[in-house]
Amino acid sequence: MRISRRTMGKGALAALGAVAMPAAVRGQSAKISFYYPVQVGGSLTKVIDGYVARFKAANPEIDVEAVYAGNYLDTTTKSITAAKSGKPPTVAVLLATDIYTFLDENLIEPFDSFIKSEEDRRWVAGFMPAYLKSAQVDGKLWSAPFQRSTAVLYWNKKAFAESGLDPEKYPTTWEEMVRYGKAVLRKDTSGRTTRWGVGIPGNVGSSQWLFGALAAQNGATLFKEDGTQVTLTDPRVVEALQFWIDLSKTEGVHPPGIQEWGTTPSDFLENRIAMIWTTTGNLTNIKRQATFDFGVAPFPGKVKPASVLGGGNFYIFNKASQAEKEAGFKFIKFMTSDELLADWCVQTGYVAPRDGAWETSTLRNYVQETPAATVARRQILNSVPEFSTYENARTTKVLNDAIGAALTGSKTPQRALADAQTEIDAILKPYRR
Amino acid sequence: MKLSRNALWGSLLLLPATVLLWVFTYQPILTTLINSFYSTPRGRRQSVFIGADHYARMAVDPVFWKAMTNNAVYAAVTIPLSIVLALTMALLVQGRLRGTTAMRIAFFTPTVLPMVAVANIWLFFYAPDYGLIDQILSVVGLGGYNLLGNRDTALWALIAITVWKEAGFFMIFYLAGLQQISPTLLEAADLEGATYWQRLWRVVIPLLMPTTLFIAINAVIGAFRLVDHVVAMTKGGPDNTTMLLLYYLYQVGFGFWDTNYAAAITVVLLTILAVIALFQFGYADKRVHYR
Repeated sequence: MRISRRTMGKGALAALGAVAMPAAVRGQSAKISFYYPVQVGGSLTKVIDGYVARFKAANPEIDVEAVYAGNYLDTTTKSITAAKSGKPPTVAVLLATDIYTFLDENLIEPFDSFIKSEEDRRWVAGFMPAYLKSAQVDGKLWSAPFQRSTAVLYWNKKAFAESGLDPEKYPTTWEEMVRYGKAVLRKDTSGRTTRWGVGIPGNVGSSQWLFGALAAQNGATLFKEDGTQVTLTDPRVVEALQFWIDLSKTEGVHPPGIQEWGTTPSDFLENRIAMIWTTTGNLTNIKRQATFDFGVAPFPGKVKPASVLGGGNFYIFNKASQAEKEAGFKFIKFMTSDELLADWCVQTGYVAPRDGAWETSTLRNYVQETPAATVARRQILNSVPEFSTYENARTTKVLNDAIGAALTGSKTPQRALADAQTEIDAILKPYRR
Repeated sequence: MKLSRNALWGSLLLLPATVLLWVFTYQPILTTLINSFYSTPRGRRQSVFIGADHYARMAVDPVFWKAMTNNAVYAAVTIPLSIVLALTMALLVQGRLRGTTAMRIAFFTPTVLPMVAVANIWLFFYAPDYGLIDQILSVVGLGGYNLLGNRDTALWALIAITVWKEAGFFMIFYLAGLQQISPTLLEAADLEGATYWQRLWRVVIPLLMPTTLFIAINAVIGAFRLVDHVVAMTKGGPDNTTMLLLYYLYQVGFGFWDTNYAAAITVVLLTILAVIALFQFGYADKRVHYR
């Protein structure tokens, strides 16, 4: 594991620094603020409050003020606005993909200087490499994975059985997905389709996520890991977009136009679409409402099966005092411990980003009740990070618009992606050293 | 210089309003204007004076122009449509017939709901195949439409929601306006043997003109101000076909954090609204029949 060794080296250096640091910094009382979003349903603020209370009980010298700040976008907006007015939160849970935005605004502190003890290094090494990768830029660790997710395929077992398919066998290749999709199609007497094969959300805000999975399934990536390059004109990327279009245009298994993220779960529950692509975060909701037997499967692939990661990480803002940052780091370590991540996974449906969390009795019991929960975990090995560059909101919008133009037929996939590549190149040019 | 007692009292009484207006309205407008001539500060890069660069960039920004055209279409359709609908509804429910209260409530309900809630309800009305609209269409043999996911229909889908929501609000003003019309004028018209339509065209509508002007101003402001449904339903997609000016402004300011370019867009938006307001208060106001 190349990455963790590098961070461990950094950690050793940092540990040396700690010895030289005045003792007064440690063991002092500190007050830290913590912004967090709630993106899924349920009274999760209570759960967070419970965690914070537990942390305070164990660390009476640190006072944590937990601030529920809305959804991800709200929390990011609030954090950046607060930082610009000189009073940022000490720590915050924000989208993993926004890392370049925070770097560009010079708002966040790398974790490396806090990683001193052997235990700290074990904590870093315990994160799944795929998730840790999205937290590292220029050889430094800038965040800690917390509430992570991944996209999966839900399939309607009843619809499969009705159509003469094996209800337990989910598609593992694109070709199988199309074939199963055709088998489950239902039309009414006037020739209108009443049940579609597959639905992939393509609206603004979702399309770049799932398109990342489609590209990875075709053996390509959308961006380079330093966040300054995108590779949208790669023929395999174009082919992936062509496949998405063909699903509805030539194969007729996907509803025409743009599939809406928000209505996709109900499309599935209403038996309008037999296979949907959406987040693991919808599992609890779909499980509660489904009137039929369904399964959760890893994504299929053309070159190889692949999915895309999502979700939020813990960040430390750089404007706080050293003592506050130390306290913030301690809090983050507490919040991303195996036991706590396991509990958070059960409460929310997020994927715990540490293998250790899956070994706890909490998660082992949960997995026995809900075997679908492990699909996400097993798929992580085959998952790629979400589209993320400098000026991320802007480049993501360009990509979304290009996908929208191609899916609605106003541009060919080649044209749409070539235009997006040109536009994004212009945006990212100042960041290429 | 000796200040009269009245002038002193007067200024003191105006002071709180002046301070509030200055702090929350004029100072921000001024700061916005100034910021629009500076580059956006980024991390270590300082903000520098760049003259009209932001405006030059706006002139060639395709998304900005798309938002402008969309907003023009959006305003040109929603405003007359919701005004006509509001007047029709007000005329329908103004009488004292049985059931008018229920109708008034029904017409007014959309207004009470928050736009975000409305948008989330309509998301499912518009859902292809099993959504309410598509089910109704399929009765007459149409259907299978994905209204929000199609370039040609997405903006119209948002327009329909706006009309549905705004008309009930405007109806309330028309109801109030109708109460103001003196019954003697209506009786006089009846005595002259005017038909219902003559009475409507020659008496009622002219007398409602001040109300109509007020509503028109509100509707124009609303057309630029209300973008909650864009946020909740389409985020400007697909491919910017539902991008409205204020949502683009929000996206540039709080999505891209290009705050000074957003300031330049704000200046343009403010100018548009100011021109419309000047036209309505200066020109149209004089032509409105008041007595």
